[in-house]
Amino acid sequence: MMKKIAHLIKSFMLWELLKGLAVTLRYLFSRKLTVQYPEERAPMSPRFRGLHAQRRYANGEERCIACKLCEAVCPALAITIDVAERADGSRRTTRYDIDLFKCIYCGFCEEACPVDAIVETHIYEYHFEEKGTQIMTKDKLLAIGDKYETEIAANKAADAKYR
Amino acid sequence: MPEIRNYTLNFGPAHPAAHGVLRLVLEMDGEVIQRADPHVGLLHRATEKLAESKPYNQSIGYMDRLDYVSMMCNEHSYVLAMEKLLGVECPERAQYIRVMFAEITRILNHLLWIGAHALDVGAMTMFLYAFREREDLMDAYEAVSGARLHATYFRPGGVARDLPDTMPQYETSKWHNKREVSRLNENRQGSLLDFLEDFTNRFPKYIDEYETLLSDNRIWKQRTVDIGIVTPERAMALGFTGPMLRGSGVEWDLRKKQPYEVYDRMDFDIPVGTNGDCYDRYLIRIEEFRQSNRIIKQCIKWLRENDGPVILQDHKVSPPSREGMKADMESLIHHFKLFTEGFCLPKGEAYAATEHPKGEFGIYLVSDGANKPYRMKIRPPSFVHISAMDEMTRGHMLADVVAIIGTQDIVFGDVDR
Repeated sequence: MMKKIAHLIKSFMLWELLKGLAVTLRYLFSRKLTVQYPEERAPMSPRFRGLHAQRRYANGEERCIACKLCEAVCPALAITIDVAERADGSRRTTRYDIDLFKCIYCGFCEEACPVDAIVETHIYEYHFEEKGTQIMTKDKLLAIGDKYETEIAANKAADAKYR
Repeated sequence: MPEIRNYTLNFGPAHPAAHGVLRLVLEMDGEVIQRADPHVGLLHRATEKLAESKPYNQSIGYMDRLDYVSMMCNEHSYVLAMEKLLGVECPERAQYIRVMFAEITRILNHLLWIGAHALDVGAMTMFLYAFREREDLMDAYEAVSGARLHATYFRPGGVARDLPDTMPQYETSKWHNKREVSRLNENRQGSLLDFLEDFTNRFPKYIDEYETLLSDNRIWKQRTVDIGIVTPERAMALGFTGPMLRGSGVEWDLRKKQPYEVYDRMDFDIPVGTNGDCYDRYLIRIEEFRQSNRIIKQCIKWLRENDGPVILQDHKVSPPSREGMKADMESLIHHFKLFTEGFCLPKGEAYAATEHPKGEFGIYLVSDGANKPYRMKIRPPSFVHISAMDEMTRGHMLADVVAIIGTQDIVFGDVDR
């Protein structure tokens, strides 16, 4: 009987709704969790898989030796490689294209690369304005690698012991 | 008297409450549904066929994209099917990591479900709170795999990499000074396990908040109690699994009934409903939050105390370490073989099913001895559940369709494959 009366009073007082409102009210005055992008960013793991880049050795020589492992392992068939012998007799790519519309960012190319040439970087903000620009050519990839080499090297070094 | 005909109503495929690309053709009598006809296939990507043209290990990434809110659970079934055919078992530490991430994925899935379901039914705030917690778990995803959603983390024979010892941290900006940033970074000082432990300690309080907002709420109850009732007999006949089946009162959970990995060593309970309505299924998923949290805690404890390899050291199946590959000729050959040809599975067939957040997610592999599957069949839980849409909605009002879609927890990557 008492239970029933209590239930009746509670339901007339909108008790459970007020309790819910109290939760939201508490959050109105609590510290905000919002990250104010782009001035600040959420933390990013060194394993992050973003835009691709090709790296060079310290002496400026490109790392890629055109072994085509990344082309073979790519599940989305996004990588296209042509090979030729360079004047000095070394095996190099003449064409290294990654179609970013096909790429699924699985990171297998990076795992496959025996010389750490192709990497996925921490860059996640990029866009394309024209048809065809989504194809990352060798020059573009190397340019990204040159620009961000310090960050890339730091990220790879941080993760080296797990790989 | 002129004859009054039922009229048909198109619900979706671009309806905000249709969870993706669901198109429902509803035959209505006034506002009462006479027949519901789900049209599926708008997100069909031929994953089963695609897998036939790729070496086994290359399809892992496509498993993430089936049910794109419970990524690692899809991978789990796939790698288990491969391991079954290979006849190998992955190292113990890898099994614990897999179980821990399967449960993290379950929480991730249920958080999205509770947010979307409540939003559809009319409670906006839940969505914000659910995404706040998802953020922490997705950080954990990113820390181990490098991606927040499509992880590609589970591999045949283990997991890709061990858990990291450090967590990435917030940096100062014009919005947050040093003191505030150090507060934000408080739970990021230690390893990933410390970060997750902090989360598991906080999470029960958040679940209580969700319950405060919803469980007794009269609007929520009016929208869910006695809506979409499925009897246990019908639930079994319709092939329901997961929370949909347990909501009807059938105690069936693959983690208990056919334990895989290390679930037999975990201490957890299976919640079971009584009425089989939307409200019961809601309560079950809320309880699964708590149980998953318990399992994660147990995994963290074990992983802290025990070290070991996280992937098989059999280089016919799993690649050698990078250092080894660069130093040793044999490892380099293995590396090249594995990344070009993959590996061959012995002739035969295997079915591996796991308790996915939505139900039983099974992968059936037929191998003819090559490095690609001869046939792969995916058994998605959502597809089975959506088949019951007609039976569940018949006789209900139009607005209840939204509640029923929500309670079925349908994801279209999973339905259409």
